[in-house]
Amino acid sequence: MRTLIVFCLAPFALSAAPPDFEKDVWPIFRKRCYACHNATLKQNGLRLDDGASALEGGYSGPVILPGKSAESKLIARVITEKAEERMPKMGAPLSPAEIATLRAWIDAGADWPRKAAAAVAKPVHWAFQPVKRPTPPRVKSETWVRNDIDRFVLARLEKEGIATSGEAEKTTLIRRLSFDLTGLPPTPAEVRAFLEDARPDAYERLVDRLLESPRYGERWARHWLDLARYADSDGYEKDNERPIAWRWRDWVIEALNRDMPFDRFTVEQLAGDLLPDPAAPQLIATGFQRNTLTNREGGTDPKESRFEQLVNRTNTAGTVWLGLTVGCAQCHDHKYDPISQKEYYSLFAYFDRSDEVDIEAPLPGETGPHLRQLAAYRESREHLIDIFNIKPLQRAWEKQMMFTLDHPGANIEWDFAIANTRPMFDRFEATLRTPPGQRSAHDEDRLMRWYIRSPGPDDSRDPDFMNSLREFRRRLAGIDEKLPSITRAPAMMELPDPPRTRLAVKGDYREAGIPVDPGTLAVLPPLPEGAPRNRLTFARWLVSKENPLTARVTMNRLWQELFGRGLVLTSEDFGTQGEAPTHPELLDWLASEFMERGWSLKQMLRAMVTSATYRQSSHARPDLKDIDPGNTLLARQSRVRLPAESVRDAALTASGLLNDTIGGPSVKPPQPEGIAELVYSGSAKWKADEGPGRYRRGLYVHFQRTAPYPMLMNFDAPDSNVACSRRRRSNSPLQALNLLNDPVFYEAAQAFAYRLITTTPPERRVDDAFLHTVSRLPSPKERERMMRLLDDQASALATQPAEAARLLPVKPDEAAWVTAARVLLNLDEFITRE
Amino acid sequence: MPKNELDFLAQRNRRRFLREVGGGIGMMGLTHLLGLEGRAGADGGPLAPKQPHFPGKAKNVIFMFMEGAPSQMDLFDPKPGLVKWSGKPLPESLTSQLRLAFISKDAKVLASPRVFKPHGQSGIEFSDYIPNIASCADDLCLVRSMHTEAFNHHPGQLLLFTGSIQFGRPTMGAWSVYGLGSESQNLPGFVVLTSGVGTSGGASNFSSGFLPSHYQGTLFRNQGDPILYLSNPEGVSAGTQRMALDAIRDMNQARLDETGDTEIASRIESYELAYRMQQAAPELADLSNEPAHIREMYGIDDPMTKQFGTNCLLARRLVERGVRFVLMMHASWDQHTYLNRELKKNCDRTDKPTAALIKDLKQRGMLDDTLIVWGGEFGRTPMVEIRNTQDPENAGRDHHPLAYSMFLAGGGIKGGTVVGKTDDIGFNIEEDKVHVHDLQATILHCLGFDHTRLTYKHMGRDFRLTDVAGNVVKKMLA
Repeated sequence: MRTLIVFCLAPFALSAAPPDFEKDVWPIFRKRCYACHNATLKQNGLRLDDGASALEGGYSGPVILPGKSAESKLIARVITEKAEERMPKMGAPLSPAEIATLRAWIDAGADWPRKAAAAVAKPVHWAFQPVKRPTPPRVKSETWVRNDIDRFVLARLEKEGIATSGEAEKTTLIRRLSFDLTGLPPTPAEVRAFLEDARPDAYERLVDRLLESPRYGERWARHWLDLARYADSDGYEKDNERPIAWRWRDWVIEALNRDMPFDRFTVEQLAGDLLPDPAAPQLIATGFQRNTLTNREGGTDPKESRFEQLVNRTNTAGTVWLGLTVGCAQCHDHKYDPISQKEYYSLFAYFDRSDEVDIEAPLPGETGPHLRQLAAYRESREHLIDIFNIKPLQRAWEKQMMFTLDHPGANIEWDFAIANTRPMFDRFEATLRTPPGQRSAHDEDRLMRWYIRSPGPDDSRDPDFMNSLREFRRRLAGIDEKLPSITRAPAMMELPDPPRTRLAVKGDYREAGIPVDPGTLAVLPPLPEGAPRNRLTFARWLVSKENPLTARVTMNRLWQELFGRGLVLTSEDFGTQGEAPTHPELLDWLASEFMERGWSLKQMLRAMVTSATYRQSSHARPDLKDIDPGNTLLARQSRVRLPAESVRDAALTASGLLNDTIGGPSVKPPQPEGIAELVYSGSAKWKADEGPGRYRRGLYVHFQRTAPYPMLMNFDAPDSNVACSRRRRSNSPLQALNLLNDPVFYEAAQAFAYRLITTTPPERRVDDAFLHTVSRLPSPKERERMMRLLDDQASALATQPAEAARLLPVKPDEAAWVTAARVLLNLDEFITRE
Repeated sequence: MPKNELDFLAQRNRRRFLREVGGGIGMMGLTHLLGLEGRAGADGGPLAPKQPHFPGKAKNVIFMFMEGAPSQMDLFDPKPGLVKWSGKPLPESLTSQLRLAFISKDAKVLASPRVFKPHGQSGIEFSDYIPNIASCADDLCLVRSMHTEAFNHHPGQLLLFTGSIQFGRPTMGAWSVYGLGSESQNLPGFVVLTSGVGTSGGASNFSSGFLPSHYQGTLFRNQGDPILYLSNPEGVSAGTQRMALDAIRDMNQARLDETGDTEIASRIESYELAYRMQQAAPELADLSNEPAHIREMYGIDDPMTKQFGTNCLLARRLVERGVRFVLMMHASWDQHTYLNRELKKNCDRTDKPTAALIKDLKQRGMLDDTLIVWGGEFGRTPMVEIRNTQDPENAGRDHHPLAYSMFLAGGGIKGGTVVGKTDDIGFNIEEDKVHVHDLQATILHCLGFDHTRLTYKHMGRDFRLTDVAGNVVKKMLA
């Protein structure tokens, strides 16, 4: 190819007449350039569909220098031999003739007549168009319709000539509703009560009861936690525990249980601190943004760590509210969606103006006792500090640290102290440089506590000095113990003196590009005029009724959780590369209904689960196998495996072990040795909770990012590093081993057996066992099989009394129930919501 | 459209099909979770053996990840030039753009006290700390010109294993099993063995990222249950377990008949596979039937080499049984301090077993289709790091991403070769730069993949292991 270029005739290089823009140049731009360099996409800030803009150039400056083709970037980029830099990105390189034309045109002065400027506007992608409330269509089978949702679904099915499925059995319905709304199975008593409830609105009453259950908030919080990439540790190498991360998790549970309107739910989490006179819960809500990873690896560049966190926050907001892959525009303009790199940094800029802060957020009952002891505590603490003469020592250390910050390289040992302190001590430089008198008591205390652990290289060598510091720490701990503590919470605050955000060229934080103001995407409605450009405005803009995405994206995710797949399958991507909605009008109806009903999640869930569509049987239909294998037309419900946490919760519920405490610090159930040891240098300790904490719901299990609880991972819990809007549902032998042999599940089986033996008469045990696990009675065939298992197992155990006693120290025929319980806790149906 | 493109499209459609089956979106069941005899390839589920783009020389990979960054100029890349600079800072022209984790740019140069000698026919020089690896010289391709962007451990490990320093992408092992499936009917396709202490990357080094979780690495332990939850619960006999499994199967079958959901068929298959795994894994982990000379070779009865040697022997046994990708993680080679002492300790633990694995594979004819990769996430500085000025033994080296060494051997690799050359002090690369993405492209090439075509659509675009870069390094290939 290259040799060919050299020998090809270049017409304009030889002729004197400059090319004609309309006839010769414009067709090249139109055919080869402006698919990307147009008014909407403006890749790298460059437009080649408009003369004035083209001459202005892109993010890196002008690309056409009239009269100087050799110096024009436009030419350089089409002739370069580096394939990764050569334009156009798509298709063959420009031909030598085309290149010659462009050169000649530029050398002749790059004249761009006005009339060519009109570029054809591309039709706007569906998701960016305003939500319009459609009229629910008419259907033939009016009797099937329970609410408007059904009209949209049925109209489509009738058009395709597909019949709906019958309503699922009542036992299936109560189990489905219980898992979907509370994440837990119904108890046998609840099943019986529902079966016996002959009132016409028994179903709706059940729905209302479940929506009012405090378990509702737990179940839907878990979904929100996925989106918020919540975890109980920092991630990255050190992966330190986050002992107060749960404060935000509990805020979510409570907000959902109170059915906080979703617009307020959004505003408080993104900008609670900017509300007028924010109350503690509104500050705790901003903990949403604190779920980013924190890199505390020694020697990390704090600028890089912060940049990565801001990227993570920006991308998360993009996924959660806009359903867009904005992250693609971190390094370059989005290849497919109208999101320029500049716009990316205009979203990034909102977060760039804020910083992390841990606030005092006392739990009920904490403040009084704390205050009662505070004066005495301070006095003895000050006294102790005086005795050990800590303050002058600390100040000297501070001075040395500050000197080292200002004179890196002067003393390598102190340099190392800085490199190690910086990532471990939040806002270290700012805190250190604040004069002691102006520091908050908390910051002053943090500094002192850091100092007395790491007093710097010089003093660390003096064993007497270190012994005296150790003694000080011991006595300080003694005093600390007497002061009832106040629990803190992670939150965000606005920086008093925010930096000017700059576009990071190629997404590299070290390459500052043009300055960027907080803003939004041009393809979406503008910000209200005159509103301050801060997170509060941004959050309110996200939930403004003009925003076409937030309501659609949110309703789609609810639908996904209730039907096994979203109306838009790619719930994380509403852009041009995502899947189109299967029922666009239904999605818009849901979105507009959601906004009209004051953004109430519970009302929308209620509407969805009371529809006839939802109440259908999930049985496979041979007639649909070929025409709708993905069940996109909703002629039946979907049969889906439970999420990881519900698998655990179901086993604990059936066995009667479940500890239903709501909220509080995360817990550590037993896990095999070798897992926690995966964490860097074995720094994470996993001490299994011996008390009732080990029987808490799955959402309370401590999530260690670099060594997550294996059961959760086996069942497809997200890794909590980036926002997850759609979990996968795999089916693997490791899941089988987990349910069969994990001591947690075995303990559940033993407890379940013991519960049946001690609370149920023998003749009712099989029925009850089924009710506890699959919420229905066994078929005759199943009953027969279960009886056979019990008989076989009892006879085997009769000859093996030692094994029987190890299963459960009861009579062998009763010990056989452990095996029966294990079987039930391993059934596909047990871990499936039908 | 050329024929190979048509083939590619057909293959991609098939992959998409497998993916949807595997993703468990609920449309189709994993009727055949693993490829059963006679069904390999076509539609046997996500782990069924699949054909690569072209016949690859390697069928399996053993990645010996030496976490923390082994010091290349003390092991693989002799730099007598350092002596001239020893004790002096490097010129600013070299260091002005440098990013360092702990030391400053004017840190003084530290010459290596190691003695290097040529080995084998090829005469490749290795340090006296690794005599056994050196004895494999003619089977190794030593790359002295590796480079990367990341200069902190976790980002470096993410880049090495996923091609990106951002979280959430699949790792090399996951991509390999996604591309090739698994040859084993009763073991996972991607197995992880660890030794030493915990790594910076932890589970993110073997995550399946956005690929379905079938492709995630399974942690295989060399003590206790080799696979988590492999043993029956304490007190449950084999007979009782089988009795339970039979009842589970029968009742799942009844539900399958009732609902018609083929996902239940996959569940039944999963339980059968789990049972087979229960039989196969203990046999695999039982090294007692290995002959004495093999145990000696790997050093599994010597406390110094026991842990790593056991993992090396397990790696061979895993590959023998069709496991596609074995990731061995040994930590930590992060010698900021006490370089001589700590580096020696690491070498004493790993040198002999590493060589044993290479030689043992070779003598069994397995090296031809097993690719071995040895190395860390970046290298170490020619400059010294001192954290304690009063202890002369304390000297170590900081992180250096600009030039470091790794070696490869086996399937598709040209033994007895050196690729790349660094400058006199090992600071920059002078010839044949090999980026981490190039290494990844080359590994995939050995497995039979064009790295630009092994892709998976996620968040609206096709992703691949090599991100948007990478070139196969022809000089490394046989």
